Amino acid sequence: MMSLPCPHCGPRDETEFGYGGQAGVAYPARPGDLDDRAWAEYLFVRDNPRGWSTERWVHRAGCRQWFVLRRHTVTHEIESPA
Amino acid sequence: MRTSERLPEHPEFLWQDREPRGAYDVVVVGGGGHGLATAYYLARHHGITNVAVLEKGWLAGGNMARNTTIIRSNYLWDESAGIYEHSLRLWEGLEDELETPVLFSQRGVLNLAHSLGDVRESRRRVNANQLNGIDAQWLDAAEVGKLVPILDVTDRPRHRVLGATYQPRAGIAKHDYVAWGFARAAHALGVDIVQNCVVEDFETDGDVVTAIRTSRGRIACGTLALAAAGHSAVLAERLGVRLPVQSHPLQALVSELLEPVLDTVVMSNAVHVYVSQAHKGELVMGAGVDPYVGYGQRGSIHVVEEQMAAAVELFPVFARAHVLRTWAGIVDVTPDASPVVGHLPPYANAFVNCGWGTGGFKATPGLGAVYADTIAHGRPHPLAEPFALDRFRTGRLIDEHGAAAVAH
Repeated sequence: MMSLPCPHCGPRDETEFGYGGQAGVAYPARPGDLDDRAWAEYLFVRDNPRGWSTERWVHRAGCRQWFVLRRHTVTHEIESPA
Repeated sequence: MRTSERLPEHPEFLWQDREPRGAYDVVVVGGGGHGLATAYYLARHHGITNVAVLEKGWLAGGNMARNTTIIRSNYLWDESAGIYEHSLRLWEGLEDELETPVLFSQRGVLNLAHSLGDVRESRRRVNANQLNGIDAQWLDAAEVGKLVPILDVTDRPRHRVLGATYQPRAGIAKHDYVAWGFARAAHALGVDIVQNCVVEDFETDGDVVTAIRTSRGRIACGTLALAAAGHSAVLAERLGVRLPVQSHPLQALVSELLEPVLDTVVMSNAVHVYVSQAHKGELVMGAGVDPYVGYGQRGSIHVVEEQMAAAVELFPVFARAHVLRTWAGIVDVTPDASPVVGHLPPYANAFVNCGWGTGGFKATPGLGAVYADTIAHGRPHPLAEPFALDRFRTGRLIDEHGAAAVAH
């Protein structure tokens, strides 16, 4: 089990958290301008890196805050982003 | 040394490991079940024998060695029923086809229902299966209890068993024998199997993939066929294509060898465990995926603990069994829990087979035949057509979250 650093509560067991996937995926600024391909990209395609991943987690069983961290998808090393 | 103390001679090799040649008509990337089956059917059905299967590790050492070997075709939608039932029918003749034992055992699969929602969804799926000619039945709790005496169908468990879907023709097989059988048969037809060959990059010329750069040199290709499961997105990225897949660890485990207690396969989507007893006697169990993207071929222990809690709740007799070992495979999951099979745009000569998520093993022969036909003719086989990558643009998704049996 991973220990994840909640920025508000400190390190806690992974079981207290929910995974939110790739960070920084914003709702399209001008949704009306998107064609089907761009919508598909927004809805269905996310980074799937073998290596460092910048991703969102929520401290579901704690402070219930969302935050971003960097995690290595092979070694499970974790760093909080600067 | 006395004769009796000498080790026996190594048996005949089933296939010869090849040095890669500089060029092939078709290069299949991924030496798992799907890649080997594809190569076999390319040679067998289409006479295309100038084929290499490139495997970065050892033959069938990825998900092929890590799955729980469950084979069934009781999926909800017509498109899924088409390809999975095609596969099940090939399984039924596979030992004769490959002239090798694969220990395919049609011991039936039960998918348990634990809530009114489960019951409704399950009965709907049974009806859909029957309309597609698939041998699905609905069993009430008493009938389930009769079929699996060690399953607790009383009202004691927290999530009690209300009934189950049952597919008698479903079952399990010996995964290694399946891979070796396809490898042996493909090799006999002239396919080169190249192990320890890591694909590092691709060379392209416009919309044509011309060559593959590997750790064992450059290999020119007429056609490129990806069959790399959890690592498909990493390879596609090298071609500038982003696939709608997320790679997750999926864990499984086995107990020590036990007396026979379970002669069918029991799956529970709601409480997250599926279990069968292998031919040797070990209980083989799986659970849901770990939620995060991961390539480390290991998951978190709490997922295994939850899976064990569910197993012991359903099968009190398992409480004294021991976990012998656990492991994880990397499964590539799509947004609609259905695979991607077909062209890899924008390339004219590249094909992709991925996104089978948690259930690719059962599709091994069916996918192999369909993918080989797609590659040989340069157009999607009718059974593959609905699974084109383009469905995420058109919105024609094939939502199999209900029948995939593993939450993701």
